[in-house]
Amino acid sequence: MYAYSDFDSQFIAQRNAQFRSQVERRIDGSLTEDEFKPLRLMNGLYLQLHAYMLRVAIPYGTLNSHQMQKLADIADKWDKGYGHFTTRQNIQYNWPELRDVPDMLDALAEVDMHAIQTSGNTIRNVTADHFAGAAADEIADPRPIAELIRQWSTDHPEFQFLPRKFKVAVSGASHDRAVLKAHDIGLQIVEQDGARGYRVIVGGGLGRTPMIGKVLYDFVASEDLLPTLEAIVSVYNLLGRRDNKYKARIKITVHENGIEDIRARVDARYKLIRPQFTGVDQQMLSRIEADFALPEFVTKSLATYETAYTNDPVFRAWADTNLSDHRAAGYAIVSISLKAHGATPGDATSHQMRVMAELAAEFGHNELRISHEQNVILPHVHRADLPALHARLKEAGLGTANIGLISDIIACPGMDYCALATARSIPIAQEIATRFDDLKLEHDVGPLKIKISGCINACGHHHVGHIGILGLDRAGVENYQITLGGDGTEDASIGERAGPGFSADEIIPAIERLVMAYLDLRSERAETFLQTYRRLGLAPFKAALYPQAKADAA
Amino acid sequence: MPKSFEPSVITANALLEGDVVYLRGSDWVRNLQDAEVLTDEADAQLRLIEASARSAEVVGVYLTAVDPEQGQIQTTHFREAFRATGPSNYAHGKQENV
Repeated sequence: MYAYSDFDSQFIAQRNAQFRSQVERRIDGSLTEDEFKPLRLMNGLYLQLHAYMLRVAIPYGTLNSHQMQKLADIADKWDKGYGHFTTRQNIQYNWPELRDVPDMLDALAEVDMHAIQTSGNTIRNVTADHFAGAAADEIADPRPIAELIRQWSTDHPEFQFLPRKFKVAVSGASHDRAVLKAHDIGLQIVEQDGARGYRVIVGGGLGRTPMIGKVLYDFVASEDLLPTLEAIVSVYNLLGRRDNKYKARIKITVHENGIEDIRARVDARYKLIRPQFTGVDQQMLSRIEADFALPEFVTKSLATYETAYTNDPVFRAWADTNLSDHRAAGYAIVSISLKAHGATPGDATSHQMRVMAELAAEFGHNELRISHEQNVILPHVHRADLPALHARLKEAGLGTANIGLISDIIACPGMDYCALATARSIPIAQEIATRFDDLKLEHDVGPLKIKISGCINACGHHHVGHIGILGLDRAGVENYQITLGGDGTEDASIGERAGPGFSADEIIPAIERLVMAYLDLRSERAETFLQTYRRLGLAPFKAALYPQAKADAA
Repeated sequence: MPKSFEPSVITANALLEGDVVYLRGSDWVRNLQDAEVLTDEADAQLRLIEASARSAEVVGVYLTAVDPEQGQIQTTHFREAFRATGPSNYAHGKQENV
């Protein structure tokens, strides 16, 4: 893993000292809120419905045990003993007080972490495939380039006041687990004629106007990537609209000007700035790559694993849903579900954080990842250790076997916390999970992604949920719209709106009708919800959602 | 015809703690039931301007309509109901102290 250089540490210390003094000046009245707000946002501090919220970056979703322990300590000391992992691989603390935030940032700095650029119209935390460095289907680990992009974008003087926020995601695999096509820039490591490079996708995004990203370049050589990124953001910085907040993201710039026009502008800009990149970035990248060397994998007997798998049905159910293929023989990638039925998606108590940190240290080469699906990953665990690991997870309430299933729901904080929300998300997720657990149907239903956002900004990625739920305020009452057929993978598509929304009381039965209809409609057990939807289209699902409309028409 | 003025309270978030506060006289109180209900529009607008100037104490001052029937101050929008109590997933926020 990347460890801070002296430069990094000094930079963070300086920023934290600056922020400490800004907080002091706000409290003593030297700064007005209008002056202070942009400063606190640059350091990840929001003011939400009930309290301040500190959003801490977890670069490319990677943590070591020591860092996870520190996140737990911060939750205990300055918050209410828990943290919320987000769809952008960040962690949010929901209850800090203003005076404590500088101390929280200093505590984060002790473990090479910060909250810089987790807000504001800047390049945000760079996200990555949460199986990076471990996945069997990966060409290369995307985290070194993600770290280089973090360093390049942090405090980049040209890009501190972009027209709007800017999100970059990277993946090293052809199967897209990082929702590349819903990012301002998505980067996929590819190989062409034996050389390694990047496919560059621009102009994706969800929110008010969802767009699937378009390929700007099929192949950019490794050494040309940073100047290419700089050229793209530079073009956007000048061309992106500043007259209308809702049209300010690069997706609108690409949509309004066309990908060819954007490419011509980026090419021109690239020519101009390319000579400034003299290769220093490549030297830095090779140093970073050394930091991400794979752990030394071992060879052990699989007997304990096989015995548990054969004899323990609870372990087997968990192994079948929560494990993914690892690049090394005998190893597995473990997804720890933060979606126990009825729990808040993405929340972990400080105790759970410590358990995960200890398990990573004991069984997982000290590494943890946060997924955009709000779960925690132990990327490198030998199968021989899985029975012991599973037992310890169960003890801590972390053994839920539901990864990729109907109760593994993404939900934004919604109106329970967020000042922008128009309806709640969390209780809807809790009720869906509890309902399908009661029905004992979720393993029969199989892979199904439900994603819930509590407002049009779509932090809950509802547009790319197989079933998306969007919470709105309709005349002072919470109302939930359903979209169907969304997909956030390499076959990305935006879900189709099914029809009129449902009240908070009606939404759970509506989801149940939808899922029951799928069970009737699927051609065979192996056909997933999304496949059935793609085969049959909206009509039969719409009929299930709105039986009254069908009866009225008859 | 313009909509008639509804009974309202002045609310904001406290600068230091970040939690929800309401205006009563010249004090900020933390419980909606302790808030001062304003019924005269001209008075309410003036009080809002004065309260908004107290930026060393609070952030984001605004007027919000309430229903002061039956001796209880009721919120008229669910967003304000959450602000007055706390989130629905944990007993945190204002509801902790009830």
